[in-house]
Amino acid sequence: MLEKEGQIRIPSGCAISGFISRDGKRICGDRIVKSISYMHDRSNGLGGGFAGYGIYPEYKEQYAFHIFYDSNDARVETERFLDRHFDVVNLSRIPTRKHPNITNEPLIWRYFLTPLPTKLASSQLDEREFVAQCVININDRIHGSYVFSSGKNMGVFKAVGFPEDVGEFYRLDEYAGYAWTAHGRYPTNTPGWWGGAHPFALLDYTIVHNGEISSYDANRRYIEMYGYKCNLLTDTEVITYIFDFLNRKQKLSFEDIAKIIAAPFWTEIDSGKYSESEKKKLKYFRNVFSSLLVTGPFSIILGFDGGLMALNDRLKLRSMVAAEKDDMVYLASEECAIRAICPDADKVWSPRGGEPIIVTLNDK
Amino acid sequence: MVINAEEYDYYELNRIITGSDDTDIDVSGVMGQRYIGCGASNKSITVHGIPGNALGAYLDGSTITVYGNAQDAIGDTMNGGEIIVHGNCGDTTGYAMRSGKIYVKGNAGYRVGIHMKEYKELYPKIIIGGSVGDFLGEYQAGGIIVVLGIGCEASVPVGSFCGTGMHGGYIFIRGDEPPRGLPVQVCCETATDEDKKIIKEYVEEFCTHFGYDAKELLASRFFKLTPNTASPYKQLYTNN
Repeated sequence: MLEKEGQIRIPSGCAISGFISRDGKRICGDRIVKSISYMHDRSNGLGGGFAGYGIYPEYKEQYAFHIFYDSNDARVETERFLDRHFDVVNLSRIPTRKHPNITNEPLIWRYFLTPLPTKLASSQLDEREFVAQCVININDRIHGSYVFSSGKNMGVFKAVGFPEDVGEFYRLDEYAGYAWTAHGRYPTNTPGWWGGAHPFALLDYTIVHNGEISSYDANRRYIEMYGYKCNLLTDTEVITYIFDFLNRKQKLSFEDIAKIIAAPFWTEIDSGKYSESEKKKLKYFRNVFSSLLVTGPFSIILGFDGGLMALNDRLKLRSMVAAEKDDMVYLASEECAIRAICPDADKVWSPRGGEPIIVTLNDK
Repeated sequence: MVINAEEYDYYELNRIITGSDDTDIDVSGVMGQRYIGCGASNKSITVHGIPGNALGAYLDGSTITVYGNAQDAIGDTMNGGEIIVHGNCGDTTGYAMRSGKIYVKGNAGYRVGIHMKEYKELYPKIIIGGSVGDFLGEYQAGGIIVVLGIGCEASVPVGSFCGTGMHGGYIFIRGDEPPRGLPVQVCCETATDEDKKIIKEYVEEFCTHFGYDAKELLASRFFKLTPNTASPYKQLYTNN
C-alpha cells in the first residue's frame, strides 16, 4: 500500500514557474510545460501540476470543479452532494492521454456548476463563500473525494509524476489561457500523492510553492478557527487558505498580505527605512496577524482571477527570478525556465526577500 | 572541443566535458544544466547560455567564462581556478569557497561568499561589479569579497544583514556610505591606501575582464569590513 504523507519521511527541492500576458492574450499550455521541463532536476517525479487562467471562456460564468475520486462510490456520493447544491451545467471526465510515467490515476472528473438559487438564498452566504464551504465540506466529509480546483474560468491539473509528463497526460497543449503557473515537486518529508501535488486551490486562488513551512502548525491552528480544514496532508495547503482568508474575507490587498506572511523583522521595521505611517501599519499587521507569519524557506507563485503574485520568504532562502518582455511577465525558480520560452527578455531581475511582484491584467 | 549542449542533460554534458582530453572547451546552447565543470582541473571552459546551479562546484584549477547570466551557487566549495561571468549571478555565489577567484560583471544575489574560508596559501576572492542582496559574507571565515557597486542607484550596493556571523577575511564595499545595521561583531572603517593594496590586483583583473578603469575605481571611497574579535557572534534567527 502507498504510504501517505506523514507516514514516511523523504528528504527534499521543488521548481515553480509562471507567466501572464497583461493584455490577456491566451497562450497555449504547452509553453508552461516547456518552461518547467528545464528545471527537471529540481523535482523527483513525485508531483507535478499546473494552473491555467482564462481556459474555459465558454463556461466562464460557472465554477469549474476538478475532482479526484478514489472510488466510484465516492463519485456517486459527491455527485449527490453536487446535485443538492448546484445546477450542474456540464460534467465529464477530464480528457487525459495514457502516459507510461503516469500510473495509478484516480478517477478525474470535471463539473461546471452554478449554485442553486434557493440553496444559496437559504444559506444567507455570498456566492463565493457558499462555493468555498461546499468545497471544504466535500474534502472533509466525503471519503476518497478531493476537489482540487474550484474557480471560474480557470483550472488546476496535477498528478504524481514529473511536471512535463503531467502536462502531456492532461493534454495541456489543448488549452489556452492568459496566465499559467507550474510546479515540479520534490516532496519534503513525504512520499507524494495525487491530492498533495501542487497547485493547491480554493476558488480562483492557487499556490505553487518551493520550500518548507516551519510555522505550519501555528498557521493551521489559526486558519482552522475560520472554518478551513487542512486535510490534504501537506504544508502548502495552508498558504492557499491564508490568501483566501486575507484577500477574499478580510479584503486586504496583495501588497498588504505580503507584509503579513513575509513580515519584515522587528529590527528592520525599527531601522529607519520606513516612514512613520508605514511603520505603524507593519507593526499593526505583525500584532494582529502574528499567527499568519509564514516562516521557513519559501518561494511561491499565487494565481488569482486576473493576475499572478510571486513572493519569497523574508530571508530569501529559496530562489526566484522575474523577467519582462512586452506585455508578458515571467516568474520562475531559475532563469533557464524563463529563457527557454523567452530567450530575449527585456529585463531580468531577482526580487528581494519579502518583496512581492504583483502583476494584473491591464483591464482589471 | 565544441559542444552543443541542447541535446544533453547535466550528467551527459559533464561527462563529455570532464572526459575530454582537450583543454579548451566551448559549450553553447546551455539552458540550466547543473554542475558544469564540476571538479575540473587544467581546462578552459567557455559557456554560452544560462548555466544551471552550482556552476564550477569543487572547481580545481580550471577557468570558466560565462557569456550570459549564471544562476545560484556558482563556485560552490571551489578549490582553485577562476569563474568569470559576463552578466549577473544568483544567490550563494562562492558558497563555502576554499580558493580561486570569481569575477561577476553585474549583480549578485543573496548570501554572496557564505561560509568562504582560507587556509595557508588557499585564499578565495570574489569580485562583484554591481550590487548584491542581503547576507553578504554570511559566516565568512576567510578570503576577500569586493563589491564595486558600478551602476548601483542605491546609496549602498549591499543589502541588509551584511556580515552576519562573519569571523574571518575581508569585505570591501565601494561607496560613500557604510552598510546599515552591521552586527556588533563586524568592524567597519574607511579603507586606507594601504588597505586598498590588498584588493588592487583583483580590481585590476576585474577591469581587464570587463573593460573598466581600475585607477578610477580604486580612487573611490571603499569601506573595509573585518571581524571584531572582541565581540562574540550574536544569534540572528532567534531574536527575530
